[in-house]
Amino acid sequence: METTTKVQENLEAWCNPPIPFPTKDVERSYKERARRIADAILLKKPDRIPLMPMWEFFYAKYAGYTCEEVMYDAQKAEDSVIKTVTDLQPDGFQGPIFFMTGPVLEAYGSKDVLWPGHGLPVDQAHQFVEGEYMKANEYDAFLEDPSDFMLRYYLPRVSGNLKALATTTPMRENFAYFTTFGGWAGLGTPEGLEALDAIRNLSKASFEYASFLGSVIGKLVMMGFPPWHGSLTEAPFDVLGDTLRGTKGIMLDMYRQPDVLKEACEKTVNIMAQFTMNTARANGNHPIVFIPLHKGTAATRDGKGGFMSLKQFEEFYWPTLRKLMGILIENGFVPNLLCEGDFTSRLEIIRDVPPGTCIYHFEHIDMHKAKKVLGDRVCIRGCVPIHIMTLGTPDDVRKAAKEQIDILGEGGGYIMDTTMASEQVKPENMRALIEFTKEYGVYR
Amino acid sequence: MAADLVYALSELKEGEALEIVRKRLDAGEDPLLILDDARRAMGIVGKRFEEGTYFIPDLIYSGEILQAISEMVKPRMTKEAAGRKAGKVVLGTVKGDIHDIGKNIVAFMLDLNGFEVYDIGIDVPPEKFVEKIRETNAPVVALSGFLTLAFDAMKATVEAIENAGLRDKVKIIIGGGNMNEDIRKYAGADAYGVDAVAAVTFAEKVVASSR
Repeated sequence: METTTKVQENLEAWCNPPIPFPTKDVERSYKERARRIADAILLKKPDRIPLMPMWEFFYAKYAGYTCEEVMYDAQKAEDSVIKTVTDLQPDGFQGPIFFMTGPVLEAYGSKDVLWPGHGLPVDQAHQFVEGEYMKANEYDAFLEDPSDFMLRYYLPRVSGNLKALATTTPMRENFAYFTTFGGWAGLGTPEGLEALDAIRNLSKASFEYASFLGSVIGKLVMMGFPPWHGSLTEAPFDVLGDTLRGTKGIMLDMYRQPDVLKEACEKTVNIMAQFTMNTARANGNHPIVFIPLHKGTAATRDGKGGFMSLKQFEEFYWPTLRKLMGILIENGFVPNLLCEGDFTSRLEIIRDVPPGTCIYHFEHIDMHKAKKVLGDRVCIRGCVPIHIMTLGTPDDVRKAAKEQIDILGEGGGYIMDTTMASEQVKPENMRALIEFTKEYGVYR
Repeated sequence: MAADLVYALSELKEGEALEIVRKRLDAGEDPLLILDDARRAMGIVGKRFEEGTYFIPDLIYSGEILQAISEMVKPRMTKEAAGRKAGKVVLGTVKGDIHDIGKNIVAFMLDLNGFEVYDIGIDVPPEKFVEKIRETNAPVVALSGFLTLAFDAMKATVEAIENAGLRDKVKIIIGGGNMNEDIRKYAGADAYGVDAVAAVTFAEKVVASSR
């Protein structure tokens, strides 16, 4: 088992950051909030149950903007986040990672995302368009040179504006003296030059997006609110399945080419580990890593339905996810798994982590079983059902929250949240959830 | 020989299944008998999915193998096998939602069980559902949706069917991994299902009760 020392150290540093807060009150508020979250992760009893609601496009709804507005207008985007956080006062706030990406997606000419105003109504959040962006017979190309695969296979397929990259030669062939001219000539065509222009636009838009995020998060930190994560990653199986092979593709790969699929998952572990840790370090070494899990889920409590069997989960999905989590934990980071779907059948398997190093956020879970199996190992997060938040009343919300707190909050090691994020959540329901948790979730 | 194909396909042994079909076609066997065995095998697959021993990848893989078998068999068929059609179903993912894998599996399972499926695609506005119901006189309507916005789209679709005077001519089921009784009530549907088998069971019940 990995050592837990670095996680404890990193959480401690996060609770005592060398930040020049404007006032002692703000400093105290920040530290209280961070401490509350850190204690829950370490399986202790904080003063009360911390709140880390997954918000994203709810910010827009709360502030009265459309989803499209916050994807294009930096001022509205920032205003909506600051208003929501300062009004509702959670303990950890969600960085608005999809806001201000409209210009980025346009510069890209994105084919694998639909977003508000582009393929979707202006008041609806983005959706992903899966496809076989990596063909079944291209695993070898990916394994040989993932960067080349990205540049000449994947990007030209998902990005309308970078199509011409498919006509370049592999960068790895440009090592000798006079061959480099031939290597770059491919991009000298009219289409190639357009692609280079697109890269320029894409880089500029991405830089502005990153600056926006830094600015908003920085402002809220200086108001005493810690963001709840500082990096994002995926299970290797999901990296391959979500973005490259698509659901159908990767499901067939489990039967038709299991060995090369596993090899590709292994290769992805280190790529994702480096990416994640570099992002986290650029974000003040924030300890918590957001890991949404997609393709390893069952659909129902008894394990029926779902995207793979328990056996396939153990064979294809968990090993490389666990390896990635292990690297993160050894380096002091806290994997926060969002276990979409129903993970009740997988609880005994995912229990296998050092105590006090992970957060498991559940959706359709058997709460009693989750607390029983994981209570002494993992901080549980969730699980007020999103349909109550969008369709129910504040009374319904309070009732659901009480049930969660009674079962999952017992003894600490619990963070309050809904099962999912949605722009359809009624503001009064979110307010009810937060106020109720602050009152009922106190540990006496 | 016959049992071999049923076994091979239901056990998802792609290579074996296709080899058996090749041998049987070369031996001059009636293609319809081969398809019958394939259907029997898919019945086993469906049952295992219902029992929780097979999962979505198994449905998708068996669908791929069946597709390959159909393509081998089709050119050898002398006339289009009409097949017993158990009833008509209009199926689609509601407006605003583009998820389609679940819907496609429902279409596949319904077709397997002899239903004539009118799959009108994804992001389907209420009017399109109404149009298709009028055109086909289908007694079963299946609305697929995954996102929270789908709840309202499902409600709007049921209302559109009502406003068109067609509500009492159809039975409506809503489906998707997040469905439950609260959402069913909210949308005004007759039933909800969280998997493809629920859709088949519902469709069979509707058709049986109308006979």
